[in-house]
Amino acid sequence: MEITVTVNGEPHRRTVEPRLLLVHLLRDDLGLTGTHWGCDTSNCGTCVVWLDDLPVKSCTVLAAMADGKRVRTVEDLGHGAELDPVQQGFVACHGIQCGFCTPGMLMTARWLLDHDPDPSEDVIREAISGQLCRCTGYENIVRSIRWAAEHPDGATP
Amino acid sequence: MTYGSLPRKEDARFVRGRGTFVDDLVLPGMLHGAILRSPHAHARLLSVDTSAAEAHPKVRAVLTGKDLAERGMAWMPTLSHDVQAVLATDKVRFQGQEIAFVVAEDRYAARDALELIDVEYEPLPVVVDAPAALAAGAAVIRDDLGKADNHVFDWSSGDEAATEAAFAKAEVVARQDMLYPRVHPAPLETCGAVADVDAITGKLTVWATAQAPHAHRILYSRITGLPEHRIRIVAPDIGGGFGNKVGMYPGYLCAVVGSMVTGRPVKWTEDRSENLMSTSFARDYHMRGEIAATRDGRLLGLRVRVLADHGAFNGTAQPAKFPAGFFHVFTGSYDLPAAFCSVTGVYTNKAPGGVAYACSFRITEAVYVVERMMDVLARELGLDPAELRMRNLLRPEQFPYTCATGWQYDSGDYPRALTLLKEISGYDELRREQAGKRARGELMGLGLSFFTEAVGAGPREHMDILGFGMADGAELRVHPSGSAVLRLSCMSQGQGHETTFAQLVSAELGIPPEEVEVVQGDTDHTPFGLGTYGSRSTPVSGAAAVTVARKVRERARQVASAMLEVSPDDLEWERGRWFVRGVPGRGHTIREIALAAHSDLALPEGVEGQLYASTVYSPPNLTYPFGAYLCVVDVDADTGQVRVRRFVAVDDCGVRINPMIVAGQVHRGLADGIGMALMELMAFDADGNHLGGSFMDYLLPTALECPSWELGETVTPSPHHPIGAKGIGESATVGSPAAVVNAVVDALAPFGVRHADMPLTPAAVWRAMRGKPLRADLAIS
Repeated sequence: MEITVTVNGEPHRRTVEPRLLLVHLLRDDLGLTGTHWGCDTSNCGTCVVWLDDLPVKSCTVLAAMADGKRVRTVEDLGHGAELDPVQQGFVACHGIQCGFCTPGMLMTARWLLDHDPDPSEDVIREAISGQLCRCTGYENIVRSIRWAAEHPDGATP
Repeated sequence: MTYGSLPRKEDARFVRGRGTFVDDLVLPGMLHGAILRSPHAHARLLSVDTSAAEAHPKVRAVLTGKDLAERGMAWMPTLSHDVQAVLATDKVRFQGQEIAFVVAEDRYAARDALELIDVEYEPLPVVVDAPAALAAGAAVIRDDLGKADNHVFDWSSGDEAATEAAFAKAEVVARQDMLYPRVHPAPLETCGAVADVDAITGKLTVWATAQAPHAHRILYSRITGLPEHRIRIVAPDIGGGFGNKVGMYPGYLCAVVGSMVTGRPVKWTEDRSENLMSTSFARDYHMRGEIAATRDGRLLGLRVRVLADHGAFNGTAQPAKFPAGFFHVFTGSYDLPAAFCSVTGVYTNKAPGGVAYACSFRITEAVYVVERMMDVLARELGLDPAELRMRNLLRPEQFPYTCATGWQYDSGDYPRALTLLKEISGYDELRREQAGKRARGELMGLGLSFFTEAVGAGPREHMDILGFGMADGAELRVHPSGSAVLRLSCMSQGQGHETTFAQLVSAELGIPPEEVEVVQGDTDHTPFGLGTYGSRSTPVSGAAAVTVARKVRERARQVASAMLEVSPDDLEWERGRWFVRGVPGRGHTIREIALAAHSDLALPEGVEGQLYASTVYSPPNLTYPFGAYLCVVDVDADTGQVRVRRFVAVDDCGVRINPMIVAGQVHRGLADGIGMALMELMAFDADGNHLGGSFMDYLLPTALECPSWELGETVTPSPHHPIGAKGIGESATVGSPAAVVNAVVDALAPFGVRHADMPLTPAAVWRAMRGKPLRADLAIS
């Protein structure tokens, strides 16, 4: 079937199998490998992207369901040397170890701060509770997102 | 100072989604592989018909055990002197075992074709319960080895007679059976490989999730018959390892053969169920602990009997002379005059493995049994668990200390760590709060754990894998312009080597860390060594990096002496610079010396030009990090739900290179402890069906189960490591589960609960409260 998906502002027209998962469209077809895949069951959240401004797990969304919609991935968060404050926060607060869960965490974090610019620690923990991290014990991810909340314009140069 | 909490170099790519993990790789003409796995835990293979799969228009090859047998590759050596089937030829021995490999044009077609393969099985009786594996009449799993039973090994350590004597004279003896259940490291990135055989040169390149690339190359060489110079292993970014990516898996080899057969690169990436059901599990130790003491709480002896479930193939990854890993460091942190442990390994119809999940070669199991026994004994004696520990901890003046089973602890100040823990946590106040709650019928528990690890394997004359001594190489070159490249045999899986190793070199040579490039993971571009696991990067490769930097500094001294026309003995080093003693203005920076070393400067006889050195570091001993942990839990009496309210961790890993990264390592292990103690469960039913084969069933802790960690630290340098550092990667995983279980058992004391096995799910806690503890690892009615 033929679909048109706007990914990070750029429309892509593709002929795909109806069963193709959005995560595979992004990774294998469009080469956007920042979005990861870590389970088959919507539990790990390494594949979180935005679908029309809502975080979704792209391993459980068919590419066909994204037809006519907008997708935003981690590759759209920062541009060149310029990083989104959530990206800066993850660097500043050691919110990253192996880097595998990071893109999904960043996409959820950006969405959260867009809707709640000053979230409490509890709200942050709830927001990322559908995603797993095996390296950080979450503490520094929570701190990273708080950092971004406290620096809405990023680090002062 | 170049030690310190420097932000990580790695993060610039990870934060942009620009890391390169194996599944991100795309090579021209690359094909995709998928594995057909057995639904049976034990069955004879009668036939494997691949004709329909081969007829699939997108399929390029189908491999079976028979095809591999023709190449002599149907079986591969494990890291424990056993063999494991790559693709089954005779029988399948666990659910999820590899039977056939399809190579197709895309991921989806490869999976489709698996369904076209027709396999005929003759189901056989299944062995899932380790205690029943040695019973008369139990089905024999390894008939391929000519075995008549499921026995793998017997092994013991310590003085049995002296321990018996200690127990005979003891005023108090406590005994407790416990299971450290089978768990799985479950890194978020599953295992995978891209294999590519060059059609012209015949050189094999494998990009793989490999914590130990050089060890893998040895295995590929032995299995394929290719010499090592025609094999290149590359570990790109690894999405977490924790021991899961130490060993060799059939999928990697299938990708290699797939590439040999098709002449094209082949990618294989396992899915989550494959990862959980077939790759290295951890633990599965059935233990009986016995502890002997005087009435006033002085320890006299410790005895542990272990039945170790090794699954269908003995595939544990640890120094080869130690079939139970380092379990025999089980006397822990205490002054124990007599100790004896014996371990029997058995085969069962479960996946192979056993040493993984940040276990420091089974010190997790060792710490768990001794720390549980300390709490059991404290209850018996009516002593506070903190007081019982304080009375028996090794004292600072006892170091270096040789324990009853022969380990030589390098350094420690244990009472200081426990005292600090009590201060940070407000231990006495928490006990008062608990007493108040108990009086009101509320369930609150405090759980202590004091652990000692032995990490940094190891001295090459005592420790080897596959006969290869566990030393690690390092090479350092300072470029003409003064920046440097350090090449290492270890491999990061998220630990931040690119940052911490640059800091090590920077501290020795004065080159800024950002100008030190760290190369790892590629066997064509790094020196030989055995890789990263068992918390060995800092103790072994870290020491190698410091040693090689000091060699380069000495070379720089020779060059500087030629530049300054003075004797090398008249030169003094200050950070980044050699200068003439007494004349601080006369000297040269490392940058100036590097340029001169590559120039036409005349050098004295015997001094080579350039600034380069290599080293092979074999540690004189292991390093012994330690720590004191406290977990505070509240248990809902109506549901059995455990909530970890606080977790306080005091760690001593000697000198810290990057304290930010050290804290991150500790955080990870504390979360592991909560996962293993409360949530993670791989149960099997009577037919050997794996009931934990997805993240729907194998529950891992999220941000909601984890509290905000409270850390403390003491610093007792290792006397034999060049900068006094010890390993830290696994400390918290090793130390924390006992603290969580001790806390829950403490909370349940009003119900008379003395022990309950992990994982302490609400159901398990509920059952324990009613005096009917649950054996969670078996779903057999």
